[in-house]
Amino acid sequence: MSGIITKKIFLVVLDVSACELRKSGWFSAFLPFPQSLLASYDEEKLDMSTYPVESIRNFSIIAHVDHGKSTLADRLLEITGTIAKTHHNKQVLDKLQVERERGITVKAQSASLFYSHEGANYLLNLIDTPGHVDFSYEVSRSLSACQGVLLVVDANEGIQAQTVANFYLAFEAQLAIIPVINKIDLKNADPERVEKQIEKLFDIPIDECVRISAKQGTNVEKVLQKVIEKIPPPQCNTADPLKALVFDSTFDHYRGVIANIALFGGEIQKGHKVVSAHTKKRYEVNEVGILTPNEQPTHKLYAGQVGYLIAGMKEVTEAQIGDTLFLYKQPVEPLPGFKSAKPMVFAGMYPVDQTEYNNLKSALERLTLNDSSVTVHRDSSLALGAGWRLGFLGLLHMEVFNQRLEQEYNMSVIVTAPTVPYKAVLSSAKLIKEYGKAEITIINPAQFPDKLSVSEYLEPTVLGTIVTPQEYIGKIIALCQDRRAVQKDMLYIDERRVILKYLFPLNEIVVDFYDALKSLSSGYASFDYEDAGYQAADLIKMDILLNGNPVEELATIIHNDKAYATGKFLCERLKDAIPRQLFEIAIQAAIGKKIIARETLKAYRKNVVAKCYGGDITRRMKLLKRQAEGKKLMRKIGNVEVPRDAFIRVLKRQTDK
Amino acid sequence: MGHAPGGPGAGGDCWGACVGLGLCLPPQSGVPPPVPTGAPCPQWPYCRKRCSYCNFNKYVVPAVDEAAVRACLVREARTLLRLSQVQSVTSVFFGGGTPSLASPRTIAAVLEAVAGAAHLPAGAEVTLEANPRSAGTARLAGFKAAGVNRLSVGIQSLDDAELRLLGREHTAAEARGAVEAARGLFPGRTSIDLLFGLPGQSRGAWARGLEAALGLCDHHVSLYQLTLERGTALAAQVSGGALPAPSQDLLADMYQTARAALVAAGFRQYEVSNFARKGTLSTHNLSYWRAEQYIGVGPGAHGRFVLRGEGGRSREARVQTLEPDAWMREVQSRGHGTRRRVVLSPLEQLEEVLALGLRTDEGVTHERWGRFSPHLSLEAIFGAPGEAKALQQQGWLVLDGGGLRCTWRGLALLDSLLPALLCQLQRRWAPPAAPALPAQGAAPAGGGGAPRRSP
Repeated sequence: MSGIITKKIFLVVLDVSACELRKSGWFSAFLPFPQSLLASYDEEKLDMSTYPVESIRNFSIIAHVDHGKSTLADRLLEITGTIAKTHHNKQVLDKLQVERERGITVKAQSASLFYSHEGANYLLNLIDTPGHVDFSYEVSRSLSACQGVLLVVDANEGIQAQTVANFYLAFEAQLAIIPVINKIDLKNADPERVEKQIEKLFDIPIDECVRISAKQGTNVEKVLQKVIEKIPPPQCNTADPLKALVFDSTFDHYRGVIANIALFGGEIQKGHKVVSAHTKKRYEVNEVGILTPNEQPTHKLYAGQVGYLIAGMKEVTEAQIGDTLFLYKQPVEPLPGFKSAKPMVFAGMYPVDQTEYNNLKSALERLTLNDSSVTVHRDSSLALGAGWRLGFLGLLHMEVFNQRLEQEYNMSVIVTAPTVPYKAVLSSAKLIKEYGKAEITIINPAQFPDKLSVSEYLEPTVLGTIVTPQEYIGKIIALCQDRRAVQKDMLYIDERRVILKYLFPLNEIVVDFYDALKSLSSGYASFDYEDAGYQAADLIKMDILLNGNPVEELATIIHNDKAYATGKFLCERLKDAIPRQLFEIAIQAAIGKKIIARETLKAYRKNVVAKCYGGDITRRMKLLKRQAEGKKLMRKIGNVEVPRDAFIRVLKRQTDK
Repeated sequence: MGHAPGGPGAGGDCWGACVGLGLCLPPQSGVPPPVPTGAPCPQWPYCRKRCSYCNFNKYVVPAVDEAAVRACLVREARTLLRLSQVQSVTSVFFGGGTPSLASPRTIAAVLEAVAGAAHLPAGAEVTLEANPRSAGTARLAGFKAAGVNRLSVGIQSLDDAELRLLGREHTAAEARGAVEAARGLFPGRTSIDLLFGLPGQSRGAWARGLEAALGLCDHHVSLYQLTLERGTALAAQVSGGALPAPSQDLLADMYQTARAALVAAGFRQYEVSNFARKGTLSTHNLSYWRAEQYIGVGPGAHGRFVLRGEGGRSREARVQTLEPDAWMREVQSRGHGTRRRVVLSPLEQLEEVLALGLRTDEGVTHERWGRFSPHLSLEAIFGAPGEAKALQQQGWLVLDGGGLRCTWRGLALLDSLLPALLCQLQRRWAPPAAPALPAQGAAPAGGGGAPRRSP
């Protein structure tokens, strides 16, 4: 009997994985379930009742970027038989093309692992977290479903800025923290030094660190044992009423919203009627299951378990992250939830061609379904037509979003200079009446109110953490001063490494601070930041003109002290970014009517290929046709043609990338 | 010119040669004229030395089996002329490589094959590219006896230091000797090639070089701005910083100086880089810019013709196999070494007519345009408001009773004008109601725009 059923199960499983995996370009693995589970199958679903709360551990891996988080996750998935062990397993949990290309995790993913230890079966839920400062919001929300974390630190690089930030996130959430020192196989690995740093900075005894090589699999088994020993099971009871935390959500074209949930009490199954504490809307559960890491339906989910739920929600906003679900007519005290993501960077986005407006609109809608941290406001401009102003968590987030638009929806867009959310305290009664309030937030330079009607401008600030080898301190301090930052703290974490804390105006770090820091420290310094409120600032709006016509994408709000230098810099960079044309081009920076900088791009005087005979023609025509295609995509400002990527390139201050 | 079959007058080694002896016959255009004509361009792919700036398809080998190469050139010329059904040959151009390294016997054999397969009128232009080192009087006389009646001498410069920089094997004195010998044997039918914009070359040095060349030359001069082609020794030296790259302004000055000096000396600039006086325009090279038929023969040679011999109706772009030994094996086994053939759509043909025609002082004539586009006139496409109109108003372009052409100023900026004109053409072009018949190409290959290996 069970043999036949097993076969059936495998067929189904293979089917699911085949299509899911094809999507992610990962063909090799199917999902062999542990024998213990097979016995308890009936139909096609897993029975999760064999995993009581005491056998469950919910944990995340947190780490500085490139310290080996995704590699460790791959190994854990292999050891527990969640995925087959092959050399193809690279960044298994990173499903987006952009994640694999950039080697980063953008979107949190989860996987349930089955593991036997000292005769007992355990269910270990690994909740992956993004590894970049822009996404720290995602980290904190993933942590809310956990009782412990693996804090992974590179044995060579030691503690970095994000290690510190992540540690505090976990510490504040009162989670068990297991330090894992990774990459001990590297030639320059110095695990002892890293252990001392951890002891000094985080007050964790040296003997609690696990030394591993995720790449080679060394000691990874020991990590699983530590997870079982050190991380407490969730404190909850299946007998209690249902209390489920929504900690993430994704959107599937065919099935609607898939909400990732952690059960803090009770149980849930198909047919249950649940209510959102946030919206009070009622839903009937269609399916529950666990993530392995693809969705695997189960009969039920029980208290302490982590999985997914599909319940006829049509929009991601219905599965509000941080929301609590309870059974109809059995309300519970909602879980604390969390602050909603706060956009730090805004940019205008417009279709290259207005006839593409509707296509872009639907692409944006679909993409934001999967990324609720992006805010969208409709916007329009004389020069660029109808479009949107989008808010992002940071510049990387913005780049990733644009890349996904291009890769997943084949959309080409005009993106304006990123700006941070400034504020203005209005003094003009007329304006106050118009806005209905005295303090307004400015997310679009076009709406920058004139100085005459403003009593004070405010700019957002962040508290930045920099970890660096001491030899770069001088250069880094100079860089921070150049960015109008104020030093708040400086601490040696061992004899070679220093932590610096600075209060930065956000706009000074948005575009290229990280690149600049990396480049002057040969890649050794790391950076992370957190929101630090607003401060008064002397702000002005600067326009860039090409032959007298303003370039809307480049209008920026900047600090008065920086206007001349920035204006000059932008004009110089534009001169390099705009190809010569048939006429001379004046590139100017202006504040109001006053020109503060100018560069001149001379007209082409000769541009014709010398030789064009029989053998040159095919190649020549190919090039000309490519240029003709490129011409159609050029942004025209007056009669000046500008390549679409020119503006973003101009805004990045670093030349060497 | 590289792989061009029938390169321009590069003369000499690497410069102009189509590979091997290329024969180009200009046959005709998209619409078959009454008597199909063509210009074979045989390529001689071998050189004695690799020049520092040359990226053509050329081979420096210790010993060439000339009899075998000759037999293959002859055979391929026959095959392709048969396939094209060209009745009358308008010109023949031997390019390379360094075709003057071939023996007069080889040249004679190829010309006999051409004359045997199609009518080769007595006065038809037969050009050979010659390197000064292989252009002694005796040798040139041999070529003349073989049927060559026009010589393109690749002197490139009359300055020994510049010649060394270019990696040429000849000296300025040898260049002078070769041009004098050529003028003696081919009076009024000798062309020279000159290069400007060499790394480190000053305005003054160029003006002096030009003056010296004007004192030496016959009635035809090809004047090329040095292009730093990727993969050449010279380009590597410039990108590595060992040699200075000339500025855009300097290059523009040099070009304008030269244009003015040549016109003052009685030359007509009939193409971007070509100047002739006393009506000695190169018939063969004009056939490229006028989008006539030409037939590339030899390794790496390019052609454009209709495969009338196989019932074809559409103009094809054809390229012969690059590597000489492989090419020879193919010619021996199936009569020709065509490696790639692409049927050009009517729009693609028009794009070529436009981009190439505008290189000449006559531009694209209404008559020629009409041959390729019987239903949409030049006026209909470029007379309406749009890119061409704006370019006319700015003084770069003229559209009048003669056709569409660049102004004197516009010619120097042609590559900035063409993308806009191509956009306008593509927009206005509506395919004819009845779809064009796919070409029934040679043997298995044939129709369809996709490149494929020819049978």
